[in-house]
Amino acid sequence: MKALAARRHHRFAPVVLLLLALLVTGGVYAAFAPSPASADTASTEDIETGQKLFQANCATCHGPSAEGSDTVPSLVGVGAAAVDFQVSTGRMPMQMEAPQAIEKPRQFNEEQTAQLAAYVASLGAGPAIPTDEQVDAALGDPSNGAAVFRTNCAMCHNAVGAGGALSEGKFAPALWDTSERNIYQAMQTGPQSMPVFNDMNITPDEKRDVISYLVEQREGSAGGLDLGSLGPVSEGLWVWIVGMGLLIGAAVWIGAKSS
Amino acid sequence: MSDNQNSTDLTKQDGHDSLDRFQDPGIPAHKSRMADRDPKAAKRAETQVVILFTISIIGTIGMLVAFFALPQNTSIAGIRTANLIIGLGLAFALLGIGLAAVHWAKTLMSDHEHVDERHGQRSSDTVRAEAVQALTEGAQDSGIARRGVLKGAVVTALALFPLAIAVPLVAEVGGDWNVSKFRHTLWKPKMRLALDPSGRPIKAEDVTIGSAFHVIPDVSEEVRTSHEWISEKAKAIVLMVRLDPRDLKEAEDRKGWSYDGIVAYSKVCTHVGCPVALYEQQTHHLLCPCHQSTFDVADGAKVVFGPAKRPLPQLPITVDDEGYLVAQSDFLEPVGPSYWERLK
Amino acid sequence: MSTSTAGPAEATADYLDQRTGIAGAVKEFARKVFPDHWSFLLGEIALYSFIVLILSGFFLTMFFVPSMGLITYHGEPATMDGQLMSEAFASTLHTSFEVRGGLLMRQIHHWAALLFMAAIVTHMMRVFFTGAFRKPRELNWMVGFLLMILGLAAGFTGYSLPDDVLSGNGLRITDGVVKSIPVIGSYMSYFIFGGEFPGEHIIPRLFTLHILVVPGLILALVALHLFFVVLHKHTQYPGGGRTNANVVGFPLFPVYVAKAGGFFFVVFGVIAAMGATMAINNVWNYGPYDPSPVSAGAQPDWYMLFLEGSLRLMPGQTEYVIAGYTLSLNILIPAVVVPGLLFTFLAIYPFLEAAVTKDKREHHVLDRPRNVPVRTGLGVAFLTAFIILALAGSNDLIATHFHLSINAITWVFRVLIFVGPVIAFWITKRICLGLQRKDRELVLHGHETGRIVRFAHGEYIEVHRPLDDQERWLRVNYTAHAPLEIDPATDSRGVRRKGYKKDRRLQRLSRFFYEDRVEPVTPSEVAASHSHGEHDALGTADETRAVESGSAVGGGSHIVNPDDGRSTKH
Repeated sequence: MKALAARRHHRFAPVVLLLLALLVTGGVYAAFAPSPASADTASTEDIETGQKLFQANCATCHGPSAEGSDTVPSLVGVGAAAVDFQVSTGRMPMQMEAPQAIEKPRQFNEEQTAQLAAYVASLGAGPAIPTDEQVDAALGDPSNGAAVFRTNCAMCHNAVGAGGALSEGKFAPALWDTSERNIYQAMQTGPQSMPVFNDMNITPDEKRDVISYLVEQREGSAGGLDLGSLGPVSEGLWVWIVGMGLLIGAAVWIGAKSS
Repeated sequence: MSDNQNSTDLTKQDGHDSLDRFQDPGIPAHKSRMADRDPKAAKRAETQVVILFTISIIGTIGMLVAFFALPQNTSIAGIRTANLIIGLGLAFALLGIGLAAVHWAKTLMSDHEHVDERHGQRSSDTVRAEAVQALTEGAQDSGIARRGVLKGAVVTALALFPLAIAVPLVAEVGGDWNVSKFRHTLWKPKMRLALDPSGRPIKAEDVTIGSAFHVIPDVSEEVRTSHEWISEKAKAIVLMVRLDPRDLKEAEDRKGWSYDGIVAYSKVCTHVGCPVALYEQQTHHLLCPCHQSTFDVADGAKVVFGPAKRPLPQLPITVDDEGYLVAQSDFLEPVGPSYWERLK
Repeated sequence: MSTSTAGPAEATADYLDQRTGIAGAVKEFARKVFPDHWSFLLGEIALYSFIVLILSGFFLTMFFVPSMGLITYHGEPATMDGQLMSEAFASTLHTSFEVRGGLLMRQIHHWAALLFMAAIVTHMMRVFFTGAFRKPRELNWMVGFLLMILGLAAGFTGYSLPDDVLSGNGLRITDGVVKSIPVIGSYMSYFIFGGEFPGEHIIPRLFTLHILVVPGLILALVALHLFFVVLHKHTQYPGGGRTNANVVGFPLFPVYVAKAGGFFFVVFGVIAAMGATMAINNVWNYGPYDPSPVSAGAQPDWYMLFLEGSLRLMPGQTEYVIAGYTLSLNILIPAVVVPGLLFTFLAIYPFLEAAVTKDKREHHVLDRPRNVPVRTGLGVAFLTAFIILALAGSNDLIATHFHLSINAITWVFRVLIFVGPVIAFWITKRICLGLQRKDRELVLHGHETGRIVRFAHGEYIEVHRPLDDQERWLRVNYTAHAPLEIDPATDSRGVRRKGYKKDRRLQRLSRFFYEDRVEPVTPSEVAASHSHGEHDALGTADETRAVESGSAVGGGSHIVNPDDGRSTKH
């Protein structure tokens, strides 16, 4: 007993206590946190839970019935797809004032996101979450997808989806890590600055073709390191750093006296 | 200013009294290299050179083996691998020789400095005089002195004959020189607006608020695959968006050009001609990616930032009996960048 | 007369000499001396890149089809299969994906092109900052300048050949710029494209320019450039034994054959390694040219970025309609006037300096940049302007990478393009003058050794080690030009002299260049620094030394024998 008591003044004692506290908290949370359930159809229960989540996390900005305000868009009619996109990418709840909502670690898990989506969908008819078949890259035509992407998307997102600048600090994000479902949903719902590409503009098949094109780009370049796929500016930067760097180094070596 | 400024003697300095200047200490003493002093070091250097040449030989052989052994027509990853191996083989083949030659020069070749004399560029007065004399004699022999008409005729003929080659070249290179074509595009009254690149015509009800449609004139598949099409498309491309009619500010004389909040503008930037394609739905600004000219679609596409001066030309649109969007006429001004006679 | 016992080498030499007299050339050139410095290899990087361009370019011409006729492409990559495109674009895809080594050759070619321009710029900077453009090399400077312009033309025509969306938009911008030229603009547009943009002629025309006209001119000018180097002999850096009347270095054969020849292989090898590992200009991602699509990050190759930035920075209000005719200064100023000013400055610089020094001698010993502060400052200011314009041309990439507003960046560069070069000039000039003063101090007082010696009477001094002959010579062997002196405004009878105004302007410019200067140290100054009044008579370590207060560099100015503390006078 004395030995333990003597140890309480050890300089590592606070560290040990902290670790214990973290472990306990984590363990309790893990034990009590709801496990993700796979619910593919929205039940009334889902809509109710979704409403509660909405009131707690979204109503402060979007209004108690999602009616919006002068500065915040109404969510009536945006559909489950919009909610799934915004919440699963962590853009919503929006953390702070910025030129646009930024992707960040998602705050709600799959089940909660589905509940929120179910609730907002119940407020007014809007785009539904696409099925797995609708977003399956293997079923799309990357060649047609390239043509559609080039005309409608490349000017903001860059030719291969590496991202690009818009005005006043806004930007079109890189698409390397975007899920197939979210690519579809973004086209469908037109988040923030992005225009809405409804099914009459880019048909569901064409949307799948676009997904197929973007997934194809993730193979990388046939020529080697893609240097970010940013085009001639990055190529110019690298020729100076690598090319001229190595060759000036070689020149210095050639001109130097040998020992 | 010293007289020496004009001197052709390369050794003259200027400025200060040349007595109060430090003297040139001469070429620094030669420092011997390890390979000069120690035969073992020289042997080592020689071995290193041989190794480098050998690396080159291995590189060449490796590259040739890879060239024939690697499978063709593979996936992107396969092409990337082939590119890497063949390319690195080539790189080693070359670098081996280069590094070997330089290392040889640095370590083994004599590094005693040599001195060559320079001579001023200017020819001596004697040579100059002889040159002048040669030209004078030649001129006298030609008999051109005091034959002014002859001189004039020579010069005139020589100056004129290049026109015989240049004029046909320049005249034909410009095609039909018909610059008035800049004023007109394919758009005609009642021509349907179609999607780019598929060519499907567009119904007004399909254009929802917040949409951006990339539009071309509705022409047949045959026209769209012809060669002239690209030059016509370069003037005819249009960007069409739908705004809430309450957000749309329209000039008096253009009130009939939109349809229920749907407006269509030329997609060719009035700066230097890039497609103005970045539509920011929330601000209804249209941004050109080339030089960042920004146009406000809700206010006649006027310029709000960037190097463009003029608003984008607007295409007057309406709807036909079946609900498809159609143009009312061609653009009322030339599209695209400004040019001298644009308003004439 | 050849003998039957001669070996093959001797026989060949004899055969050639009997028909060409080649022994004379061999005698003249085989042991020709070239000075040795790494910075003299920069021009070679450009030369060797050009050779790589020709070799890889020849390979590419075997497969490229310079036609804008439309075909439906079938093949790799999957994203291009079945698409309608020009033959030029299709043949580029074929070269990249179906020809073995084709993609490698394309990438080697493009990296070599970027490196060619980078080497030209670096080499030009070296020549500028060391004053190698002075008489007799002004003509060679002009040749080099023309080579740079031709390099720009070669690059521009070259990357436009695949007829992709990125380079096609570049051509579109060129068309827009050309159209803005007053009176003849629209006709020039028709001339270039053979009709309306893009027409069917531009790719074949660019092909002819790119593989025949421009390389032909480059080859001819390179030959002239190298001929001048041989005729004038290469310049050399100042140093012991190197005078204006000699060349100190190594003979062409074998040392430079090995070093310069080896360097060719190194340059080629580095380019090959880059082509093997780093992807460049993947045109299948941009797609075949169509006037409708455009990609974010729409920029030309790096050496054209100054034009791109210039166009992006110009505000748009300056387009005017005069009597019904449109004058687009918002395009003419950034695309014609600004590059015109920049390039004219470069081209005429040797003549400008010659005018403000009235120096008519030949110069074969290079300047250390610190010894010509205004020239160095102007060079840095020019580079600053060029770099700011290039950064402005990349403003959208800067915006996305640093999470900034593209509009804010544009405004910052609008200010910086004027303010930046001025500040850069001033800072550089001050640094050069500071370095010159440091050199003076070093010559006058020697190296600080860090050894502190305390004398018996309590005085502390730091021991300075005097410079050896070579170190000192490097720092004193230059001329500090003084501003021009001109004849007075009126002659002895009070009559105003014709040409005075012009002389006065030149004198003012000359003052701008040379008013602030640091003279090289003379032997008498060194002697004076070692003997300050009563120290003349010193021979022993005596206590009655006055402490130096005149020198700015830490501590004393005594040259003290490190071993026994005895002060010695020089």
